[in-house]
Amino acid sequence: MTTKRVVTGNYAAAYGALLSRIQFSAAYPITPQTFIVEHLSEFVNDGILDAEFMRTESEHSAMSAVVAAEATGVRSFTATSSQGLALMHEVLFLPSALRLPVVMPVVNRTVAAPIGIWCEYNDTMPQRDTGWMQAYVEDNQEVLDMVIQAYRIAEHKDVLLPMMLSMDAFILSHTVEPVEFPNQDDVDDFLPPYKAEHAHLWPEDPMIIGSFTPPEYIQEVRYQTDQAMHAARDVIKEVTKEFGKKFGRDYGGLVEEYRMDDAEVALVSLGTVTSTARDVVDELREEGKKVGLVKLRYFRPYPYEEIRKVAEQVSAIGFYDRSISYGSGGPNYIEGRHALYGLDIPVMNFLAGLGGRDVTVPDIRLMYEKLLEAAKEGKAMKEIIWIGTRGVEP
Amino acid sequence: MINIKDLPDEELFTPGHTACPGCGVAQAVRNLMKVLGKNTVVYLPANCLLVFSATYPLDAFKVPYLHLLFENSGVAAAGIRRALRKLGKNDVNVVALAGDGGTADIGMQALSGAAERNEDIIYVMVDNEAYMNTGIQRSGSTPFGAWTTTTPVGKKIKGKMEHKKDVMKIMMAHEVPYAATVSPAFPADMLRKFEKVKNKHGFRFLQIYTTCPTGWRAPSEKTITLARMAVETGIFPLLEYEDGVLKVNYRPKGKYTVEEYLKAQGRFKHFTPEMMEEVKHWIEMKWRWIRTIEEGQKALEQEE
Ligand SMILES: Cc1ncc(C[n+]2csc(CCOP(=O)(O)OP(=O)(O)O)c2C)c(N)n1
Ligand code: SF4
Ligand SMILES: [Mg+2]
Repeated sequence: MTTKRVVTGNYAAAYGALLSRIQFSAAYPITPQTFIVEHLSEFVNDGILDAEFMRTESEHSAMSAVVAAEATGVRSFTATSSQGLALMHEVLFLPSALRLPVVMPVVNRTVAAPIGIWCEYNDTMPQRDTGWMQAYVEDNQEVLDMVIQAYRIAEHKDVLLPMMLSMDAFILSHTVEPVEFPNQDDVDDFLPPYKAEHAHLWPEDPMIIGSFTPPEYIQEVRYQTDQAMHAARDVIKEVTKEFGKKFGRDYGGLVEEYRMDDAEVALVSLGTVTSTARDVVDELREEGKKVGLVKLRYFRPYPYEEIRKVAEQVSAIGFYDRSISYGSGGPNYIEGRHALYGLDIPVMNFLAGLGGRDVTVPDIRLMYEKLLEAAKEGKAMKEIIWIGTRGVEP
Repeated sequence: MINIKDLPDEELFTPGHTACPGCGVAQAVRNLMKVLGKNTVVYLPANCLLVFSATYPLDAFKVPYLHLLFENSGVAAAGIRRALRKLGKNDVNVVALAGDGGTADIGMQALSGAAERNEDIIYVMVDNEAYMNTGIQRSGSTPFGAWTTTTPVGKKIKGKMEHKKDVMKIMMAHEVPYAATVSPAFPADMLRKFEKVKNKHGFRFLQIYTTCPTGWRAPSEKTITLARMAVETGIFPLLEYEDGVLKVNYRPKGKYTVEEYLKAQGRFKHFTPEMMEEVKHWIEMKWRWIRTIEEGQKALEQEE
């Protein structure tokens, strides 16, 4: 029997960890992730979560402990945000190359300067090349469901890579929504206990992990990690399906398409903006405009094929971004462009909501207007567009 | 009590590694591993030891080890311990073998956190008094006046201008269950301390004086002599802090002078008489503090 409860995204994340029967966690508080650490502390102190829990003195240490514990052979979990993720950066490269399937929700928050605590993706996006899978979620139900799925995907023998779950600051972390809680037996069925076969630190079966490695060997490690990231695409699709069958919520794999049948233009969004965009699509459809939406669920591995397939059906495509690679464009747009190489349609980038500014219905309407205009003209008047920026003509 | 003759023949830190001749780190680790035994997991941060013992596909350790980074030894070892506990493997020794740089400087935060949380690990600081792995740069644990590649002997400034950071004192300030300094020139004391950390629980700290002939510009056959001189001059006191009580394990008998110690090493070659005096003054201060604690403890005992 499942239960429905009204909870915050942070609670959903912590409860997802509990349902996943994590064995070890180390964490450090930072707004807006703090409640995840607090909820875990409560679960452990109330005896409902049977895990070792280390309250470390920094995020660098939290991630170090988590990687060490995972290398020792237990399912491990942490969560962070913004400056905390930046502080972890050095440690992030380890679990991917050492093939340790750690899972970490990241509550997306602005990285200073200027200091701010609201939603921006300039914390997770710069971690692109650390070898972590990166999923972006839309609501609190997806937060909970994705923690469980993340372990299944990460621990798959063809993958064995860490995964971060990006969830929007405050919009998810601090906002309550009804969430269906799967029961423990079903989760246990879906996610069996972690078996540390390829990596463990047990004297009865000595293994060395992380030795000093000369050029004769490192390149193969890089190749294997890259192969694992590629392999993750199929595993993600399989696991998403299986989860859908078991729990009744199929998120569609690497992307989810919304009203894309016969669409003339498509917007590729990620995070909570997707929910607002769904409403805008409905409105515009009612007005007779053929617009569609693609929710990017994974930034790593990036769904190149899926995005290309979508683009092949439309006359213009736009990519939404909540962070910027200075002098270049938004990371989603950069990846998307790469997927579309050689395809002759207008491609646009919409930058909005940086620093946590609300992305409103009119903002998204404007994105679609620009796309429809580009589709009609056969080219974009301007490719990279800053939406709702003081003193800047969109 | 374990005797040097009782040490098992089996090497858990095997020959064939690539340490320099006379390396005090290799020697200390070899003996420590013999005492800790097979049921041990090692954490190695980046340092000389990692490079000379653990270059893929070779490996001098016969027990499992993990290397992640340079500055996280305290917490990484703690992560291993917590995971082993979760798996019911409670009898395993978990030991971090960190350099003085990885301990006194960049690793201090993770060390302090682990000590404060009383993580059930053995933390060993192999103190060769500089960043040797990267080519002899100064660390917080480099002694006053020493030449290193970042404290060169210039026309204006000659060597390191600051004194050695006292990590043992910092560990005592954390009120850890056990902390001790170790000199390989005092094997009985050394082995007793190795056994002690093996048999105790909670956070255990050892600072081992490990001669680095290469970095100290000293002859490789002087490894043990220098270790003895450091203790005899009072420069490296043999101390033990357990359950809140400080013990002096050896009282320097003045068999060597400070001048003799400094002259035996190229890193102090440029010393002026004033610099020698500064070192002596520092030793006096160090021992004044130790005596203050000792006398306070004695007075308390009498009172009780
Ligand atoms: C974050 C980081 N900064 C710098 C380094 C480079 N580095 C590796 S080992 C080392 C010095 C090690 O000194 P110590 O801890 O005293 O060990 P030793 O080699 O002297 O035994 C340095 C600076 C690194 N690996 N990581
Ligand atoms: S440089 Fe010093 S510490 Fe490093 S291997 Fe040589 S003697 Fe040992
Ligand atoms: Mg050193």
